[in-house]
Amino acid sequence: MRAKRKQKLFVILGLVSLVAIAVGLTLYALRSNINLFFSPVQIAAGDAPLERQLRAGGMVKEGSVDRDKQSLEVTFTVTDYVDDLEVRYSGILPDLFREGQGVVVVGELQQDGWLRADQVLARHDENYMPPEVAQALEEAGYSPEDYQAKAPERLDAQDDGASQN
Amino acid sequence: MQTLMIPEIGHYALIIALLMALVQAVMPLAGAATRRPLWMAYARPMATGQFLFLGIAYLCLTASYLLDDFSVANVANNSNSMLPWYYKASAVWGNHEGSVLLWSLILAGWTFAVAHLSKRLPRDMLARVLGVMGLVSVGFLAFVLITSNPFERLLPNVPQDGADLNPLLQDFGLIVHPPMLYMGYVGFSVVFAFAIAALLEGRLDAAWTRWARPWTNIAWAFLTVGIALGSWWAYYELGWGGWWFWDPVENASLLPWLAGTALIHSLAVTEKRGTFKSWTVLLAIFTFSLSLMGTFLVRSGVLTSVHAFANDPARGLFILALLGITVGLSLLLFALRAPRVSQRVGFGWLSRDALLLINNILLVIMTVTVLLGTVYPLLLDALNLGKISVGPPYFNALFVPLTVALCLFMGLGPLSRWKDTSPRDLFRRSWLAGLAALVIGAVAPLLYRGEWNLKVSLGVAVALWIVLPMARDFWARSRHSAGRLAGIKRLSLAYWGMVLGHLGIAVTIIGVTVVSNYAIERNVRMGVGDSVEVAGYTFTMTELTNRRGPNYLADAAEIEVRRGDSRRRFTMTPEKRLYIARGMPMTQVALSPGLFRDLYVAMGEDLGDGSWAMRLQVKPFVRWLWLGALLMATGGLLAVADRRYRRSVKARDPERAVVAEPREATT
Repeated sequence: MRAKRKQKLFVILGLVSLVAIAVGLTLYALRSNINLFFSPVQIAAGDAPLERQLRAGGMVKEGSVDRDKQSLEVTFTVTDYVDDLEVRYSGILPDLFREGQGVVVVGELQQDGWLRADQVLARHDENYMPPEVAQALEEAGYSPEDYQAKAPERLDAQDDGASQN
Repeated sequence: MQTLMIPEIGHYALIIALLMALVQAVMPLAGAATRRPLWMAYARPMATGQFLFLGIAYLCLTASYLLDDFSVANVANNSNSMLPWYYKASAVWGNHEGSVLLWSLILAGWTFAVAHLSKRLPRDMLARVLGVMGLVSVGFLAFVLITSNPFERLLPNVPQDGADLNPLLQDFGLIVHPPMLYMGYVGFSVVFAFAIAALLEGRLDAAWTRWARPWTNIAWAFLTVGIALGSWWAYYELGWGGWWFWDPVENASLLPWLAGTALIHSLAVTEKRGTFKSWTVLLAIFTFSLSLMGTFLVRSGVLTSVHAFANDPARGLFILALLGITVGLSLLLFALRAPRVSQRVGFGWLSRDALLLINNILLVIMTVTVLLGTVYPLLLDALNLGKISVGPPYFNALFVPLTVALCLFMGLGPLSRWKDTSPRDLFRRSWLAGLAALVIGAVAPLLYRGEWNLKVSLGVAVALWIVLPMARDFWARSRHSAGRLAGIKRLSLAYWGMVLGHLGIAVTIIGVTVVSNYAIERNVRMGVGDSVEVAGYTFTMTELTNRRGPNYLADAAEIEVRRGDSRRRFTMTPEKRLYIARGMPMTQVALSPGLFRDLYVAMGEDLGDGSWAMRLQVKPFVRWLWLGALLMATGGLLAVADRRYRRSVKARDPERAVVAEPREATT
């Protein structure tokens, strides 16, 4: 019986230490891998950290997309209609990236105020607004619906949200 | 075609199915509690009826799609008269309402199967199992009818044509991925029902395990295939060649898989040794709860992803309530009843029991870390503490080391014995394999790429550490006086299942390791006549053309591919499509698949001046990812076919059957 108890004790101790290690690692990994979201207003106000990965979002400003003639380098402006943020990205933009559309970029803010993006996220549906962007616009005093790109005239009279995948 | 009453018939059938589910839930459970055979006898016919009526409802919705009945809101929002018929039929589950209906139909299907394939189950047990499944079904059917009715009409202003199915979903993947995944998700409801029934009855014997185990394996196999199909689909459909994104929705399917993997191993111990009983029950509850949570995450709109169809908060709340009730009640029942079913049997430090315990602990830790990374941002957001996202580095940093740890024990598992194994014995059987794994792992990257790479060495060594000791064990076991062939024939199917399952993991690990370390991607600007070399392949753009599909227009590029200096060339044709009904662009990837490498070509954007941004990738061993998953699933199914689950004589006296059972080495 004693041996059994001892075994049980060891099992429990082992379990507890394993869980402790796991939780410690998890929290550590979480802390170093969280990307916070910032709107252009917050970035202009200097709230965002420099040279640390973050997410930013807003609408792609009309007429701001500029592709380099030789390479895949592209520059565009993300706006919440209060402040603007210049974004530079090298690579292929997603299919649904368009001017006047909501977009989220992941990257690092540079010294002189522009953002080097590693990732540009547009969504998989043409009339989708990233929730962070919607909220950022609302906080800047705009109704996101005003700026939602007009999808081609939809035939259905009613949209209950089912198509917003 | 809007004059037909098909949608109304479907709606009606749905209501009848709900009522039947209600009877199926209440009568047998009450009957089992009060020992009234007549009440318990309701279970089976009600399960059959429910399945029948849900089948009718489902067929009605499918018919509405096939007949282009745009007066049905669901059809108008997700289909189009130009859509090919097979996409119309699968568009049924390409949206929120229809997919929940499919969920319910599959649940009814599993219930029906349990009702008719478990003839030998004691009456009380069957009544309780079906009753619990009925309860789950009541929840989901109420959800469909109250918040997500797929048969809602758009009257009197019927649209001329539908808004079309999201082009991303217009693919073979839509036809196979959701049904497979749901079969897995929902399939875990069976073992959940068995667990609850055992708790209600206060009895959990070896016979119970023997009934519950095959169902769990089948559900697990379906889920494995479903996840693999999802990964494969995302790989070629999203246009940038990723195969796993640690997207919350993917995690939602991985969570029940991890818990389910722990569960099938824990069930093995419970069956063979009669231990881990309350743990098995708890895992069964968790696995199904995670399936429900997956459904909640995906269907509630709290997540924004390709899969999140519904943005109606009422739906999210409903599923959350359903989840809360299920988990809460199950855990309460567990707390009250678990002491009754548990049983203590000792085992040695080094034994198969102990190794499987470690397997379970590690799998649970993996589940928890993934769960934390998935839910943490949601929690912070719900508490208004800021919007964050947890990126793949978090998951990789935790998941990879845990997997390696899991695999270290996995190598020893098949070699060890139940109850107790002497360390010396274990060492004798495994040292050579371990050494070989290390040596081959160390030289593999040198041979493959001429350059040393620690990660690849580790991955290969781990995979071999799973395979080699098992191969040795296989060799030893298949020895027979009548020759090797006779020996191989004599091996039980359960053993084969274990071998294939573990082999599958090894194959997947090789795939993940190689493709993560050696995949080459180049994004380039290309015009007609331009050539680009990637990893020994020369890609030349020979032509840009326009094409017209049934419901889209496309720009297509002809890319001629040549390997090294060889004469053989072939053409790959990626497209950039514009789907007319939604005005939505879509990238159609050109793939040249192979067992050892995939070539992946996608068109980015039109840069004007006749050139395109092109994505060129060479992905070695990427197929191994999914091949491994198929092996795992096959293993799971083979184990179900094992003789001992089909033996009828012994089932009549299950207690004794277990004692008489020779100690087969199976997991």
